[in-house]
Amino acid sequence: MKPRHKRFALIGGGLAAIGIASALVLNALDSNIAFFVTPTEVVEGKAPQGKIFRIGGMVKEGSIRRDNLTVHFAITDTAREVPVTYTGILPDLFQEGKGAVAQGRINPDGTFSATEVLAKHDENYMPPEAQHAVDQAQKAQKTIKQ
Amino acid sequence: MIPELGHFALILAFFVSLVQGVLPLVGAQKNRADWVAVARPATAAAFLLVGVSFACLTWAFYVNDFSVEYVAGHSNTQLPLMYRLSAVWGGHEGSLLLWVFMLVGWAAAVAAFSRQLPAAMVARVLGVLGLVTVGLLAFVILTSNPFDRLLSPPAEGRSLNPLLQDPGLIYHPPLLYMGYVGMAVAYAFAMAALLAGQLDAAWARWSRPWTTVAWVFLTLGIALGSWWAYYELGWGGWWFWDPVENASFMPWLVCTALIHSLAVTEKRGSFKNWTVLLAIAAFSLSLLGTFLVRSGVLTSVHAFATDPKRGLFILILLAVVVGASLLLFAARAPKVSLGGRFELVSRETFLLVNNVLLVVACGAVLLGTLYPLIVDAFGGGKISVGPPYFNAVFIPIMMPLLVLVALGPVARWKQADLPAMLKKLWPAAVAAVAAGIVLPMLAGEWHAYVALALALVGWMVAAWVLQTVERLKAGSPTVSWWGMQLAHFGLAVFVVGVAMVGTYEEERDVRMEPGETVSVGGHTFKFLGVHESRGPNYTADVGTFELSQDGKLLRLLHPEKRDYDSSQMPMTEAAIDAGFTRDVYVSLAEPLSPDKENGPWAVRVYFKPFVDWIWGGCLLMSLGGLLAAADRRYRIRAKSSAAVSANAAGAAA
Repeated sequence: MKPRHKRFALIGGGLAAIGIASALVLNALDSNIAFFVTPTEVVEGKAPQGKIFRIGGMVKEGSIRRDNLTVHFAITDTAREVPVTYTGILPDLFQEGKGAVAQGRINPDGTFSATEVLAKHDENYMPPEAQHAVDQAQKAQKTIKQ
Repeated sequence: MIPELGHFALILAFFVSLVQGVLPLVGAQKNRADWVAVARPATAAAFLLVGVSFACLTWAFYVNDFSVEYVAGHSNTQLPLMYRLSAVWGGHEGSLLLWVFMLVGWAAAVAAFSRQLPAAMVARVLGVLGLVTVGLLAFVILTSNPFDRLLSPPAEGRSLNPLLQDPGLIYHPPLLYMGYVGMAVAYAFAMAALLAGQLDAAWARWSRPWTTVAWVFLTLGIALGSWWAYYELGWGGWWFWDPVENASFMPWLVCTALIHSLAVTEKRGSFKNWTVLLAIAAFSLSLLGTFLVRSGVLTSVHAFATDPKRGLFILILLAVVVGASLLLFAARAPKVSLGGRFELVSRETFLLVNNVLLVVACGAVLLGTLYPLIVDAFGGGKISVGPPYFNAVFIPIMMPLLVLVALGPVARWKQADLPAMLKKLWPAAVAAVAAGIVLPMLAGEWHAYVALALALVGWMVAAWVLQTVERLKAGSPTVSWWGMQLAHFGLAVFVVGVAMVGTYEEERDVRMEPGETVSVGGHTFKFLGVHESRGPNYTADVGTFELSQDGKLLRLLHPEKRDYDSSQMPMTEAAIDAGFTRDVYVSLAEPLSPDKENGPWAVRVYFKPFVDWIWGGCLLMSLGGLLAAADRRYRIRAKSSAAVSANAAGAAA
């Protein structure tokens, strides 16, 4: 094989590999991204319908109610709140008054069905998304007062 | 007084490292033997000073000196001694100090075990390591001083996060850091060779054992972390594509590519520029990993309370390292000679494809990890990329690699004969088809995914046997050859574990009253109830489960739900019955009525076939790496080549 052909084969192979990888990446990214939405945005109807997304904020005090393995609670950004149901086992640090992030879909009746509730691993840690939601809500309230 | 001593030693170490980073590098360029001679003593001094500092911090933990802020925040008197001592790296400041300690440790090891290398080369390697140490020490001293005092010390510390009170804390971070920081050694060798303008086979041979040992630590560290997450977090998964896991996995992928590329550079003199780039990339990804872990920019299981200032510092350090290295590379690369030529079908080509696949896989993981940051930075809102992305991209990229791993070692350097190779390996192809059809049916239901994976395993193992038999006929192979074989065999074992547990695992979350039973994977758990028990610094609800198979009692399992005295955070301790072909796993989630002792509990049970093969495979890979690094030829002093390269170094200066 001539060196020129060899170079073509190597470059062609490399390009093909990168092409296939890019196709895989784009395809997989498209179907596996979850947007983050604050409780206020959910209540205002800005949440993506029929798609998986995440909400974050604080677990409202006194809102946790267990029904065997199904847990009902509310996630609040201190301004608005969204009722959430989750069936299964919650992470150890899931507690009232603490930050939490849930992933799932919104139902037509406005409740959120979570397929996953994210753990945090430190009592003093606040998931950045939960913090973001609370910050947004408090900023909005300040603007209204002014 | 002791903490101040530690702080002082750290500051001294900074200046010593500055000397270690500047004098030998300048000396090697200017051909000044007296400056070059500074490298070894300076390295030893830096190691000693950081060692003293580390010992001081450990002492503060040992004597419960809560006037030190870091100790007060991560330990208390109730904590058992072994956790008090490993709490030294249980938080940000201490884990960075451990990181620096390991860095100077690696440098000291290079200084001690490189007597056969030319003095100028050693000086450059130690010099580059010295500069890296300067950067990290500045980071520790300026942003994360573990010796900061409290004006009014509390009577009792806040204790260590209960999650970390596990033997995993003793082994996982040190091993992982050894691997992370070991990338700095591979990087330093590459930089030293660039500075000397002497990228040759000798450089590759010097760098190989260090790179391989660093890779072994990284492999063990990641595997242990995965195992720890498996039993401690109570989720039963072994890999979550969490940003912090990815942060350690990306350097691993690149380092694996680097090991293979270094083999080509050593044996054939090719791929030199590429090898250097990989070494730079591996170390940069280590730093990026530190940034991701320490800045808290991503939601992660490892995300503990963080400080954004620190993230910025590491980002600047990363930019300096990458920028300076690439600049040097750009200046020197055009002068690098091309290595030996090779035909399209040759071992070089197979290793090239190996490298392309590993790097592309790393790129895909990097993209998935950073995508949320990129989108957020451009105002696209906050998003997360889920594990399905990584599985969908990573697995297809890795499949060709599993085919090639059988071909590469069979192919000859320079020019291989493809028909002859295929003739040799056709029994392996038959074995692959047979394994793909039969094995899944033996294990349970036949699925395309597991069939494909097991076919690849059949191919790898059969080709492995053929190749081993042939090699043994040709005479006794070297230790490093056995290392390669063992590591590749470990990969096959690993794939078995991943495929089997991915396909045939069973999980059930159930509500159980005492006396009730639940079955997974042919195993039956009978819940006998819960009793309270007292640990050294916690109270636990200990469940009792009777595990039986086909009506035969196997053993009792005791999962726990712990409440630590110093924390509001409950901890789930799973109970696992481990076996060669399966684990069964039970964890107590929460009581479903106020009567904990006799009421119902939410319980999670798992059946995990072949899950231990995942870590077993990693262990085999690591052993293989150790054998490869132990080969005698790395320790033989090649007098003539050393003399020649010393002259070349002088000439380049």
